[in-house]
Amino acid sequence: MFSFESILETLKTGSGFWDPLIWVIIAALAFLLIYVLRSFGKKEFKEKTEQTQSFLSGNPEYEKEQMRIKGSNVYWGFIETMKWAFNILRKIHTGNASDYVLWLIIVMGFLFIVVFITGAL
Amino acid sequence: MNWFETITMHSPALIVAVPLLAGFLTPLVSRINDTVRNLFVLIMLSITGILIAILGYDVLTNGIRTYVFGGGNTVITLPSGLMFHVRIIFEVDSMNIFMVIITIILAIIGIVYSLSFMKKEDGLDKYYTIVLILVTSTLGMELTGDLFNFFVFLEISCITSCALIAFWVHKGEALEAALKYIVISSIAALFFLFALGLLYAQYNALNMATIANAIQFSIIDQAALILIIAALTMKAGLVPMHMWLPDSYGEAPPSITFILIAATQAGLYGAFRVIFTLYGNVFNSINLAYVNLVITANTIGWVLVALAIITIIIGVFMALIQTDFKRLIGFTAVAEIGYIFLGIGVRLASKYVQYSGSSATAIAFSEYSSIALNGSIFHIINDCLDIGLLFLVAGAIYYATKETSLDKMGGLARNMKYTTVFFIIGLLAVSGMPPFNGFASKLMLYESTYQLNPIITIIAVLASILLLAVFVKVFYSAFMGPEQQKFKEVKEVPKGMLIAMGAVVVIIIIFGLFPNLVINNIVQPAADALTNYTTYISKVIPGVI
Repeated sequence: MFSFESILETLKTGSGFWDPLIWVIIAALAFLLIYVLRSFGKKEFKEKTEQTQSFLSGNPEYEKEQMRIKGSNVYWGFIETMKWAFNILRKIHTGNASDYVLWLIIVMGFLFIVVFITGAL
Repeated sequence: MNWFETITMHSPALIVAVPLLAGFLTPLVSRINDTVRNLFVLIMLSITGILIAILGYDVLTNGIRTYVFGGGNTVITLPSGLMFHVRIIFEVDSMNIFMVIITIILAIIGIVYSLSFMKKEDGLDKYYTIVLILVTSTLGMELTGDLFNFFVFLEISCITSCALIAFWVHKGEALEAALKYIVISSIAALFFLFALGLLYAQYNALNMATIANAIQFSIIDQAALILIIAALTMKAGLVPMHMWLPDSYGEAPPSITFILIAATQAGLYGAFRVIFTLYGNVFNSINLAYVNLVITANTIGWVLVALAIITIIIGVFMALIQTDFKRLIGFTAVAEIGYIFLGIGVRLASKYVQYSGSSATAIAFSEYSSIALNGSIFHIINDCLDIGLLFLVAGAIYYATKETSLDKMGGLARNMKYTTVFFIIGLLAVSGMPPFNGFASKLMLYESTYQLNPIITIIAVLASILLLAVFVKVFYSAFMGPEQQKFKEVKEVPKGMLIAMGAVVVIIIIFGLFPNLVINNIVQPAADALTNYTTYISKVIPGVI
């Protein structure tokens, strides 16, 4: 039967525990601490002045619309480094339904071998 | 018997009958006007939800419910004293209830979202009809206690899913995705049917409990197991049989993808039921008579762990290089399926035999195995909610901008504030960040897997971090950055869509803040129903076990 008694119970995970409410309280205290520390910041800082402009090493500043990083450019370095792995994955994903069926047959064949061998032991 | 008791008694049948009847009535109701049709669909699904609540309360209070279709003498008693049902039977335990709750939540929210999202589309009478039949088939798969009946519902689910994936038929890609889906699903369903034939030839029965009671794990049983598991894991989207999933999820209308997730999880439920109940003697039994099958359980467990880890890695890596938002979420959905299978694998791999000298004295499961199973079951509902929410957000962006390419988006947080907040919650939840729901289930999976093998846990945790990186990329490219000229006129999506997304967010937050509420009330009973498979059998064949 449905019970609400467990609503504030701590989740036991075998060797550890998880209590989201404690986490929320600690997170709230951390944000409070950050806010207090921030209040000690420089008072002369003024928003919407040149102080907030980014320094572009003397390069001309693009139009705001052009200063956008496309989705395919995010993690460019990581993707370039791991290109060999991504190329293999792309090759596997052919988009061909016959290949999809082939993978099903391969898995089935593999399972047949595993189960028949262990079943015979 | 008062009316409430009558409804409770017939609720298993009504849960399937109401959406089915509503589906066939929808084209007629559409003749009145669109508003009446929309209300009709919503009311019918709400009634189904109420029936599920009634049945759920009954099952969680009084234990397993069986419902035999048809009257008269439905039980045959053999000369040996063995009794079995000869008609279609629905057998509902806590695991079934857990699954139907997920399905109806997704269906109702999906319909609420559709009311606004699909408003301008043509052919909505057909759309709602097929959606209702898809919901019927999913509920049927999750309630039935008969293997052939499961196959029939599986086929209906395949056909309706195909029709809905191809709903935007003017887009060639949608048609292609639907064709691939029906080809793969039909072949998998045929293998499933072949397996049923093998089991029927062996045991002269199609009832799950009857077969589970008689299963010997002969060569024929082994072949049937492989065929069923391969078919159902394909339906669930386990690597390397996952490739249909990003295609289909990416091309279907997002409101449909949200409901399709429930249909996919029904395949996953089938895998759970087959492993833990149908083949309970092999994988679940602690009877010393089955001591020679422990190695089989361990091997299958390790195979599932390996496939799960490959699924997680490939899902996340493929998501990282996607630029189409919906396809990207499709691959993360694949990764999430891996986490669920990881829990099943750990459970099976942790079975062991205790020896005294050279003779076996007992069969047992390691203590952490129940945490793994609970984590796996809990992750099913979390996966549905988190991935589902992200698809709804993708749909909202498409609705507002007509774009799915991340390369063409940017600065949307300015004009779509609520959608942005919903996306942030979705990305944190799916990446397993505290205090959201994904964290609790993943923590249970990590800790139990760590005790089986720490390296597997490290890979799973790293993959989860990569998952966060994937969605940070989406957040950065779609919502952040300078305002785009072409999106200056973009407005927040209609209230209906916001309410649907908001409802999912509320559930995510409640599940995240109060995980024990879910675990104690629906997850643990579902896990107990799976592990105590003999209770499932004894409800159909009294006195045998």
